[in-house]
Amino acid sequence: MDKPKKTLVIGVIGADVHAVGIQILNYAFTEAGFNVINLGVMVSQEEYIEAAIESNADAIVVSSLYGHGELDCRGLREKCDEAGLTDILLYVGGNIVVGKQPFEEVEKRFHEMGFNRVFGPGTAPETTIAALKEDLLGEKP
Amino acid sequence: MNPVLLIDFGSTYTKVTAVDTDAPAILGTASSYTTVETDVGEGLDKALALLQEKTGPLAFAARYACSSAAGGLRMIACGLVPSLTVEAARRAALGAGAKVIRVYSYQLTESDVGEIGALKPDILLLTGGTDGGNSANILQNAQMLAQTDGDFPIIIAGNRVAAPQCVRLLQDSAHETIVSENVMPVFNTLNIGPVQDTIRKLFLRRIVRAKGLTHQQSLLNGIMMPTPSAVMRALTLLADGPEGRRGLGDLVAVDLGGATTDVYSIADGLPTGASTILRGLPEPHAKRTVEGDIGMRYSARGVLEAAGLPRLCALSGLSEDAVEALLARIEASPGILPEPGSDLKRLDFALATAAIETGLTRHAGTIEQVFTPAGMVFQQTGKDLTGVEILLMTGGALVFSGEAERIAQQALAGVEDPSSLKPRDARVVLDRQYILAAMGLLCEQYPEAAFDIMCQEFLKQKGA
Repeated sequence: MDKPKKTLVIGVIGADVHAVGIQILNYAFTEAGFNVINLGVMVSQEEYIEAAIESNADAIVVSSLYGHGELDCRGLREKCDEAGLTDILLYVGGNIVVGKQPFEEVEKRFHEMGFNRVFGPGTAPETTIAALKEDLLGEKP
Repeated sequence: MNPVLLIDFGSTYTKVTAVDTDAPAILGTASSYTTVETDVGEGLDKALALLQEKTGPLAFAARYACSSAAGGLRMIACGLVPSLTVEAARRAALGAGAKVIRVYSYQLTESDVGEIGALKPDILLLTGGTDGGNSANILQNAQMLAQTDGDFPIIIAGNRVAAPQCVRLLQDSAHETIVSENVMPVFNTLNIGPVQDTIRKLFLRRIVRAKGLTHQQSLLNGIMMPTPSAVMRALTLLADGPEGRRGLGDLVAVDLGGATTDVYSIADGLPTGASTILRGLPEPHAKRTVEGDIGMRYSARGVLEAAGLPRLCALSGLSEDAVEALLARIEASPGILPEPGSDLKRLDFALATAAIETGLTRHAGTIEQVFTPAGMVFQQTGKDLTGVEILLMTGGALVFSGEAERIAQQALAGVEDPSSLKPRDARVVLDRQYILAAMGLLCEQYPEAAFDIMCQEFLKQKGA
């Protein structure tokens, strides 16, 4: 029997309505062998957490394209801890901050917020898939 | 002529309806007090005698019954996340005609277990986790439930991967376990049909007997479902039509009682605007909600709390002191009936209007504007019922008030809350002879006749 698929909860956080990219990610992650729960656009922190509890998800992948991701993502890790999702993997990617800032600084800030991996603008789905496979399945890139 | 007898064993009254299915028509209706203490057969015989005084002797080809006597079907629902499997479980139970007496989310505690044992539900519905999703919670809850007092059956309708182990955890307890399909097999997908079938089968097999409703075997075999479930079937038939025929389309119904207000909608209620995003759990096409805190007598105080004293004063034209004094009188003697033109009559008008307003508002969805960098979008939660054209009113408090249309129209006009998606401009139709539950029973075997009778009864009122 095949090993059970790893479950990802994905969605575009906050008041962000960028609907196309999340569909592409949904397709790419599913094709890569993950069980994907796509929450679509304008997803609140609580919705990610509730979906992850009910589906026993292995990772939450947060997308943000409109520049306000930093505000939207604050406190997500703490809420996950509170909800009992203590070991869940948190990824974030897209245009996650306002304006052009050095990516190293952005990455550092999001790491401090409790995100395991941070992806900048223009990241290909393959990059995230490779990271997921490494983190969830122990596959070396 | 093919006369069929339809019986509704209510908590107070046993209502009988005789219909002819050959040339679909109501032959007569009658009612008598429900006699749960002795044998419901006694009250039924009295009602039947009254009925046949009107119609003459009838040789019934079939008799079907529904029941909400002896407390109705009392259920407890357990799930994981309140807005997900707990809500799915609650909707499944309500849609099956149950009275949901308590809802639990996340892990059951020792005090919860004590409470459940004391509440003595007829059925407990245990859910949690999508298929292949969370199993720790439902397993933990099954283990806790094994310690509860009583022998009420437990329906397991959660993560299918965990179901066999739940059964094992409960096998040494006094509780019978029945495994049904998950209420939420895939995230945010509602699957409440199978568990509702399971509830109904259990109701037939165990509950009717356990409640000692009757000793007559012929009657036992005739009791088919809880009364709200029959009402739901009738409304669904009316809206969607029998096979191959068009129904009346989307509709909303309100059953205003002394203790509770039931609201039904048979409508998808999907967003109508292009820039509207739908949020939350998908809504069932046929949906029932029960407002346990709102009613004309036992829950009159709940109406005050929901609508506020100023609103009741405005609707009734009475002073605050007068409203308070009358509410106290109602609480002292819930059986009280108003004299025409009395202050109580005016307060009843206000209570009914506010109860319907509140019931509809809670049942219907909401919409809110969200300003995003990409412009303004709307977020809809729940059903959009603004375009529903028929509002069906049932329940003695409304039908016998003599001013049901005025009450309904006032309730629809109500205080304009732009975020509410309740019906705006529906035509009001009255269930004058209280036939909805009867038609729900009839539609099991005679859907065409049930549909025709309801059209006769309701359409002529619409002037259509």
